[in-house]
Amino acid sequence: MLQADIQVNRGEFELAIDLDVPPGGVLAVLGPNGSGKSSLLDCLSGLLAARGTISIAGRAVHALPPHQRGVGLLRQTPLLFPHMNVLQNVAFGPASQGQSKERAREIASGWLADVGVAELAERKPAQLSGGQAQRVALARALATRPRLLLLDEPLAALDVHAAPAMRALLGRVLRQGDERLAGVLVTHDPLDAIALADQVVVLANGRVVERGPTREVLAAPRTQFTARIADLNLVAGHAVADGLRTADGSLLQGILAPDAVRGEAAVAVFAPSVIAVYPVGAGHGSPRNTAVATLASVESHGPVTRLRTGTPGAGWAAGIAADLTPAAVAELGLEPGSEIEVSVKATAVEVHPATPVIARGAQATRSDRP
Amino acid sequence: MSGGESPGKEKHARAVGARVPVALWIPATLALALVTLPVIGLLLRTDFARLPALLTSEASLHALRLSLLTAAISTVLCVLLGVPLAIVLARSRVRGVRVLRAVVLLPLVLPPVVGGLALLYLLGRTGFLGYLIDVTTGVRVPFTTAAVVIAQTFVAMPFLVVSVEGAVRAAGDDFESVAATLGARPWTVFTRVTCPLLLPALASGVVLSFARALGEFGATITFAGSLQGVTRTLPLEVYAQAEADVDSAVALSLLLIVIAIAVIVLARPRAVEGVRG
Repeated sequence: MLQADIQVNRGEFELAIDLDVPPGGVLAVLGPNGSGKSSLLDCLSGLLAARGTISIAGRAVHALPPHQRGVGLLRQTPLLFPHMNVLQNVAFGPASQGQSKERAREIASGWLADVGVAELAERKPAQLSGGQAQRVALARALATRPRLLLLDEPLAALDVHAAPAMRALLGRVLRQGDERLAGVLVTHDPLDAIALADQVVVLANGRVVERGPTREVLAAPRTQFTARIADLNLVAGHAVADGLRTADGSLLQGILAPDAVRGEAAVAVFAPSVIAVYPVGAGHGSPRNTAVATLASVESHGPVTRLRTGTPGAGWAAGIAADLTPAAVAELGLEPGSEIEVSVKATAVEVHPATPVIARGAQATRSDRP
Repeated sequence: MSGGESPGKEKHARAVGARVPVALWIPATLALALVTLPVIGLLLRTDFARLPALLTSEASLHALRLSLLTAAISTVLCVLLGVPLAIVLARSRVRGVRVLRAVVLLPLVLPPVVGGLALLYLLGRTGFLGYLIDVTTGVRVPFTTAAVVIAQTFVAMPFLVVSVEGAVRAAGDDFESVAATLGARPWTVFTRVTCPLLLPALASGVVLSFARALGEFGATITFAGSLQGVTRTLPLEVYAQAEADVDSAVALSLLLIVIAIAVIVLARPRAVEGVRG
């Protein structure tokens, strides 16, 4: 669907990246500011010239100007044309593509209804809230029927109430909309990647430092660099009222994010530092999330010692990371093969919606990783 | 916070925000007097009884008609030429654009008489372009109404360019890039997105250039002369009458002041912001 192999030189900065996103696939591009994420999107949309090749749906587009590429772009700010009302904004794309005025308006109305803001059609952009404006901007981008949707931090400017709803909408559009639509999502928030993307590349200084299925990359970062961005335990399953149920039936209690839907694919997210580790049968107290697991590895990880549990038969506690102080590890006499009891407070576990691929690919892939 | 405390605090906050050193008031008052007193002086000198007759004399009407016509044409030319120039200056990444930006401001800082002389030696019969036009088409530009329009456009263009260019820069090109990804060709982007967004700045630029064209004197008298009905615009008529019929000159000046005030009312405060931006 999208194949790109591009290089950009801008003074000191150099970007060299190759991508391959299948139809229906969503690739998240993670990286700190200045890593080249936005330049990458500008290259794909044609706003920035790059050497190399870009093909979208089998069509070589790298020599084409932006208006001939068939790419939709949603930025951090909605950038609705202030002199047009909402309907005119959304109709702008279809009209530019040669649709009649009437037809363009029909298409626009359809997309406005689809993103749930049909009643705002006559408003001016200045009369919209941030969340409403971003929905309209999404409708405007989709109204041109792009084969590739570029999302540049689409949730970063939204407040905490609007972001989950917008994330859910993007998830629906990308997963249940046009199955030929591919997406590239630039973000600094691993949760966006978990919710929306099945593949991740991590960029640093214009280079890909890590790539792979979202869950693998985020749950077991291979590089220190990725670990700084996303060092999280991710437990896949589906959301239930009081947390997350894994595929093998164990319950991990946690707090549901506002966009998590009960019964749907979800991922429980918690940091390695919030996990408590005890010898089996030590009879400790309150946290209700307690499981027995076999310790698979003990590694020094900067100032802390990183424990990783083995995969088989430990429910949610399979293959998770826990950080302890070296002193605690010595005191507990932990070494690979030890049986341990891990526990985590329910309030430290967040349950987020996830792409089905992430939810499925959960436990199996872990053992492949070093 | 108690109810009694808050009004006092508000007052205090306002005072801090608006505090101006007392010493500035004296020169400020002088400056204001310098701007307003001459106008008052002119008003006092005006013979209001004869005003209608003076303003409707043949010479005055000729001058008024000519002024409105040439200033209007100049303003249109400023828009047709100045808007593209402003966009090129604001958006182009070609080397040397910064130098060009300074060159465009030349008519703004140059004494208009010098501008008129420069135009004369470009388009006059001995000027290289004027000679070429004379030989090829038989047209002689200086001392015609066309020369008035050229002189006015020359001095008025920078006002429009500066106003629009500032707005283009301030707006950035985000809207245009979004429009392009929506499938709009560059010309569609220009007409449907760039131009509508520039309208406020364009409006103030238009008013300012019109005012500048209407008041043009130095370049006009040098390049176009002062022929009644052909090149003698209002300011030139005022100058001519100042020696012959002072009352008439004063009456015409009053007319120009009324137009100037109308311009200020129309263009402020956007014009000021536009020039700054």
